[in-house]
Amino acid sequence: MTRPSLKVEDLHVSIEDKEILKGFGIEVNGGEIHAIMGPNGTGKSTLASALMGHPKYEVTSGNATFNGEDLFEMEVDERARAGLFLAMQYPSEVSGVTNADFVRSAINANREEGDEISLMKFIRKMDEKMNTLEMDETFQQRYLNEGFSGGEKKRNEILQLLMLEPKIAILDEIDSGLDIDALKVVAKGINELRSDDFGCLIITHYQRLLNYIKPDFVHVMMQGRIVKSGGPELAERLEAEGYDWIKEELGIEDETVGQE
Amino acid sequence: MTAETKFPVNHNDIKSFSKDREEPQWLTDLRISSLEQAETLELPKPDKTNISKWDFTKFDLNGAFSAEVSDSVKELIGEADKAQMLMAQKNGETLFQKLSAELEEKGVIFTDFQTAVKEHSDLVQKYFMQEAISTNENRLTAMHAALVNGGTFIYVPANVEVDIPIQAVYTQEGTFGLFNHVLIVAEANSSVTYIENYITEGEPTQSNANIIAEVYVHDGASVHFGAVDNLSKDITTYVNRRAHVTGRDAKVYWALGQMNDGNTVSENTTYLVGEGSYGDTKTVSIGRGKQTQNFTTNVIHFGKHSDGQILKHGVMRDEATSIFNGISKIEHGATKANGEQTERVLMLSEKARGDANPILLIDEDDVTAGHAASVGRIDPLQMFYLMSRGISRREAERLIIHGFLAPVVNELPIESVKEQLIEVIERKVL
Ligand SMILES: Nc1ncnc2c1ncn2[C@@H]1O[C@H](COP(=O)(O)OP(=O)(O)O)[C@@H](O)[C@H]1O
Ligand SMILES: [Mg+2]
Repeated sequence: MTRPSLKVEDLHVSIEDKEILKGFGIEVNGGEIHAIMGPNGTGKSTLASALMGHPKYEVTSGNATFNGEDLFEMEVDERARAGLFLAMQYPSEVSGVTNADFVRSAINANREEGDEISLMKFIRKMDEKMNTLEMDETFQQRYLNEGFSGGEKKRNEILQLLMLEPKIAILDEIDSGLDIDALKVVAKGINELRSDDFGCLIITHYQRLLNYIKPDFVHVMMQGRIVKSGGPELAERLEAEGYDWIKEELGIEDETVGQE
Repeated sequence: MTAETKFPVNHNDIKSFSKDREEPQWLTDLRISSLEQAETLELPKPDKTNISKWDFTKFDLNGAFSAEVSDSVKELIGEADKAQMLMAQKNGETLFQKLSAELEEKGVIFTDFQTAVKEHSDLVQKYFMQEAISTNENRLTAMHAALVNGGTFIYVPANVEVDIPIQAVYTQEGTFGLFNHVLIVAEANSSVTYIENYITEGEPTQSNANIIAEVYVHDGASVHFGAVDNLSKDITTYVNRRAHVTGRDAKVYWALGQMNDGNTVSENTTYLVGEGSYGDTKTVSIGRGKQTQNFTTNVIHFGKHSDGQILKHGVMRDEATSIFNGISKIEHGATKANGEQTERVLMLSEKARGDANPILLIDEDDVTAGHAASVGRIDPLQMFYLMSRGISRREAERLIIHGFLAPVVNELPIESVKEQLIEVIERKVL
């Protein structure tokens, strides 16, 4: 089996006619964990959203392939069924749809018609994953993200990740709003997925999470593109010294993008 | 505007129809005077929907039909031995009917309208189109009284609790115009649950349905009334369900699934007359195709401490248009009354139209009342979220629709209505 891969080249993305991504490139393969770090407002969520196909973000040039196929030719649901997953920074709330019904629909959407997951199997798997994430079982019957705290929403995103077992996952600020215990729990869940068949792109602006999920590559994003890449030691230096040294090194005054 | 109206029936038709059915004289007279009213009265004027061009005269009174109990009827009534009280009618004729012997002994009456006017003439006459609705409200109520040709009478004596739901299925087929009347009387401290289904069978043909239900609830009695309207797109429907909650602490609970595919005017009115009386209305509606519908719910408070609740959710697809009116009217003297209502409309396509109009009319100071309403389109971010998990656009819409209707469907007090509705919704959102 070939390892999954996501390749992005010279990507330009606009929102409401403002260019936010300005020549972004990366390659994420199965077995690799990449971290994208960067201050607020540098285009990290824009990257994640555009790759998943968020309706508000317009790809103006560049390309992306997922396992060799043109990502931007696929509908949102096709990208997901091909094995791409996005844990969102701000997931929607959907009233009246229980978490369990939603996850089951999603699992079945990824399976052939006639090969739906049995209710027993589903319940067993859901119980197991919720256990891993130390989630209360009442979350199964609660409406999707409705009234969830910030931290509960993050855990719920990771629950979906564990249930759906995608090939490449993008985690957008999955650590914000989590206390250190919750962070460890979530990291444990993600580490369980580590294998050659799974690649991961972790977006964060703290290095905290990276203490628990060791990245293979660390990239710094500013002004809508990657400005520096390295290994785990780069994240440690950012933790110790902040971002200013990079700005100085590269002569960047304002690292953000799209601000008036 | 009445001049051009050509009724498919005249006095002689009605006389012989009434005679054939061996009806008491009072009903024959009422039919004839109502026909005269129908010729001069105007159509009802539901707020914000213009129905002046709708054809309410395109029907026959004797359409041929097959008298077999169809599979869809069987499906609705389920296992015959489980449901002990059933009525199945087609084009006004009773196909079969069942009442438990035990309840019959206790004095419960459950019979078709035609039998009721013969066997319980005084009782029917006492209530039929008296307090809850009158024959001369508009042309359609008058036509109804003139032409009533199907329906059911339910009488529950004082202190009798009917603990098994009474179920009725009314089938319309062909050009037959269905003028169905349901009359329910719940005497003091009695209780009953009644569930009705309206369905169309056979080849699609233009026709009309004119449906009236009257519910009288006396002291301390309670009536649960569930309905799933599911007439086909060729049927233009007028349906008016009214409760006269006469008694002290009397209660009525409406659970209405408004799922017709044709143009429909649906009114539901609860008169909270008794002190401490309670009315609860929950409705779910789905509009599709090019149909136009008007759903008006009125709760009119006369009784002190009366409490009226309205909750309506509707989904509009395709090019469907619907108006959701909610009117809570608190009359002078109805102190400590409480009236609350919520109307929510979700539109799924650019061409769908929906409007929600909550209205509070209050003529008394010492009351509480509140309303909420929203009309909106499906949230593209919700769609993105659901689809980002691999769920197709269609399935994502289906989940959102079910979710939108869930707050009403889940609260429906009658389990079998809930189940039937979930099935109808499922079919309509595919
Ligand atoms: N929905 C949006 N509408 C308008 N501007 C947006 C929207 N989302 C992001 N932006 C703009 O894009 C820029 C980058 O935002 P974002 O990608 O969210 O950054 P990050 O995730 O790195 O904090 C910001 O200047 C922000 O103002
Ligand atoms: Mg962000």
